[in-house]
Amino acid sequence: MNKPLRRIAIFCALLVLALLARDNWIQYVQASSLQSNDMNRRVSIERYAHPRGNIIVGGKDVTGSVTTPGSDFAYKRTYKNGPMWAPVTGYASQAFGATQLENLDDGILTGNDDRLFFNRTLDMITGKKEEGGRVVTTLNPDAQKAAFTGLGKRKGAVAALDPSTGAILALASTPSYDPSTFAGNSTKDEKAWVKLQKKQDPDEPLLNRALRQTYPPGSTFKVVTAAAALQNGLYEDIDAKTKSPLPWTMPGTTTVLPNEGPLPCKDASLRQALEVSCNTVFGKIGSDLGEDKMLKTAESFGFNSEQFTPVRSNASNFDKNMNPSQTALSAIGQYDTAATPLQMAMVASAVANDGTLMEPYMVDELQAPNLDTIEKHTPKKLSQPLSPENAQKLQSMMQTVINSGTGYTAKIPGVTVGGKTGTAQHGINNEGTPYAWFISYAKTDSGSPVAVAVVVEDGAANRDDISGGGLAAPIAKNVMQAVINSKH
Amino acid sequence: MSSTHTTHTAHTSTIGSIGTPSRRNTELALLVFAVVIPVFAYANVGLAINDSVPPGLLSYGLGLGLLAGVGHLVVRKFAPYADPLLLPLATLMNGLGLVVIWRLDQSPRLQQRAEDLFGAFSPDAPKQLMYSALGIAFFAVILIVLKDHRILQRYTYISMVVALVLLVAPVFFPAVNGAKIWISIGGFTIQPGEFAKIIIAIFFSGYLMVKRDALALASRRFMGLYLPRGRDLGPIITVWAMSLLILVFETDLGTSLLFFGMFVVVLYVATERTSWIVFGLLMSAVGAVGVASFEPHVQSRVAAWLHPFSDKVIAQTGSDQVAQSLMAFGSGGVLGTGLGQGNSDLIGFAANSDFIFATFGEELGLAGVMAVLLIYGLIVERGIRTALAARDPFGKLLAVGLSSAFAIQVFVVGGGVMGLIPLSGMTMPFVAYGGSSVIANWALIGILIRISDTARRPAPTPATNPDAEMTQVVRP
Repeated sequence: MNKPLRRIAIFCALLVLALLARDNWIQYVQASSLQSNDMNRRVSIERYAHPRGNIIVGGKDVTGSVTTPGSDFAYKRTYKNGPMWAPVTGYASQAFGATQLENLDDGILTGNDDRLFFNRTLDMITGKKEEGGRVVTTLNPDAQKAAFTGLGKRKGAVAALDPSTGAILALASTPSYDPSTFAGNSTKDEKAWVKLQKKQDPDEPLLNRALRQTYPPGSTFKVVTAAAALQNGLYEDIDAKTKSPLPWTMPGTTTVLPNEGPLPCKDASLRQALEVSCNTVFGKIGSDLGEDKMLKTAESFGFNSEQFTPVRSNASNFDKNMNPSQTALSAIGQYDTAATPLQMAMVASAVANDGTLMEPYMVDELQAPNLDTIEKHTPKKLSQPLSPENAQKLQSMMQTVINSGTGYTAKIPGVTVGGKTGTAQHGINNEGTPYAWFISYAKTDSGSPVAVAVVVEDGAANRDDISGGGLAAPIAKNVMQAVINSKH
Repeated sequence: MSSTHTTHTAHTSTIGSIGTPSRRNTELALLVFAVVIPVFAYANVGLAINDSVPPGLLSYGLGLGLLAGVGHLVVRKFAPYADPLLLPLATLMNGLGLVVIWRLDQSPRLQQRAEDLFGAFSPDAPKQLMYSALGIAFFAVILIVLKDHRILQRYTYISMVVALVLLVAPVFFPAVNGAKIWISIGGFTIQPGEFAKIIIAIFFSGYLMVKRDALALASRRFMGLYLPRGRDLGPIITVWAMSLLILVFETDLGTSLLFFGMFVVVLYVATERTSWIVFGLLMSAVGAVGVASFEPHVQSRVAAWLHPFSDKVIAQTGSDQVAQSLMAFGSGGVLGTGLGQGNSDLIGFAANSDFIFATFGEELGLAGVMAVLLIYGLIVERGIRTALAARDPFGKLLAVGLSSAFAIQVFVVGGGVMGLIPLSGMTMPFVAYGGSSVIANWALIGILIRISDTARRPAPTPATNPDAEMTQVVRP
């Protein structure tokens, strides 16, 4: 009987071997995917096991942590001035997960990042309580406040950049939400969360309009078109007459492209055309340059690609494969052209920074709990949409817009300001309430400290009152003023 | 002349006892480890959860030490030649099981769950310690009363009747958590399947020892296989049918698999005919597929095995246990979180019984689980080693039956909680919470120790028999 016995011994060993193999499969090969499985509550438990590190703006915390007794989540996130900072911080909720910086830098904030391993081990040995690291942002509290209060009860968004580095100085979106209200795990939190959903609130307070909403940019896009004209040598002298008939019929159609009123646009110079916002001049530039060249310039400003600040922004759109009339419409920011407020701030910042576009970012530094620097951002050049000479020409044009054109409401005494207004029509037959746009930059002796883009979508306002100069420019002015003041 | 011859026989038996040293001191040394390791683990849990050495550490250490000591002394006195590994390995697993059950008693989540469901929480570790004491007592009684395992052979058919009663009994009691594997007598609930496992092994061994020649020899050869005669198929078909009935009426996949698997193993060893294995596999495949085609309980287990993370399946089966168990294993990774620091209590129901292995996985990691599996493997292989060494066919069959049942049980439970095979409600031997399980497994180890003692005991000296002496003196 011993031969079958030996075979049974092998059979039993195989049973154990199968278990060993399976165990290696789930505890080694698949371990990380099981650890981070959506159903795995340990992810949230770990996230809230220790006081979460804070997100810092201007040297001050904009977040905090409180203990939550009677729950397997030890700590709950709190926010100071939550609605104002929500487009930056995102939220970290025990019940509903985390977004934006709270999600992307979760490892640092919880203290579980691999780069904090040494700290963690040291704390374990010294018996110090585990805590999270800090995320230091580039935002300017005064500029953010000016943007948020400027938007007020209206729907809209503001993005402001430091043109020389790409640092995001302001990022506001209204209507906003207070992430504190649903940071916990109670029925109260759930009610607050449900109330914020699109189904309950058509204004979509959870939407980060500054990064995730694209709007038709309207006339503000003419800055891009002007840049394309200069870069491609279509026109060199911004004060020379252009070949712009009035009225102008779009190529391949019988449609006449209208201007906003009886403007002096016939053969107007580039400076003049931007000052009064001639659709005909810039529309014709678009069709003269053609789709390829327009697309190339738009893409060098960042169109058609997502930005990671590190929070992702949606890609702004400039269509490919258009006919000349569609290109003409796109060149004045209509047709399918769409941009995020961040994108238009990038356009203004590239012009202000003498043609160099810096990569936008909002996290300056990641710090260990003991304030050691773990990672520091170094400004990176994203592209060069304009040569310095052409950039200066465009600056001169944009300054005229402020000094004597549609953007006079953004004038700041003693500071050079360049900008462009926009009133973008949208909806079927353009019946939606137009979006008011304004992009601008300020310039002092030591270069340009700020470029800003403002969009206001105000359903409540009188249709005739909506214009970039009227609604959006004053907000941009206050944001620029706040940045300049805080530099002194 | 006769005196020289006597010296000669005495000499032989001396060599025999040198050849098989008793190894009791080895066992004692190993037992020290088997007690000390769980004591350290116990301290570890206390330090991890409460930042202090648990106050019960001394009494726990003494308790486990006492159980191990009693076990050792009984073996030393009543089974001096027994295998030295079985007792320490079983003690180690029992000790670690107690630690993990105690650790899960400390879980606020499980305490809250018990309060919500039953109105009160009562810790399971003290009860399990009592069951372990009962188990060791049972173990001692077996070694003291059962002088020779061959006595069990006399009870072959009684065993059959008792096993059938034990297996059928749960049908008449209400289902607990969907499975009819319990009987309750005067406030106590017993899982008779655990005991039936041992008793039915006695029946299989006794029955097949007698019938093995008929089953092995009276067969026709066909395509390289010895086909049994139609009437010899009777026993295997009976056991097969019984297994299927258990599966259908008690919705107990594990027990069903265990009995049929054990029968096929014992049948194969008894007859040395590979054809039985082929028949066994075919029949279990047909049975499993057949039952799965109409039994919703089995279907839901299979669905949960194939798609543990699917929302639809979780809603259908009303439980995400398999997913939770897999996530516990995965979250443990290679080294584990450390005892007391995991969240395997998220499994909720049966966290300290059917799913206790997931806590080992999360808190001791891949390293710990592999160690535990290897210990189980060692217990099984020592059992089969005992079968190889046994001198009588009944002992061989009984030892291999019990060992393979143990192996199949470990595979079915471990494979179930690790998602290798569909889950079935069985307990991990020695570590899972449950009185029936721990007592029955101690009894199983007791019987294996008895067989191995008989097997390794030096042959009795013929000199003690005066008649033998007489017949030897015929030479000139």
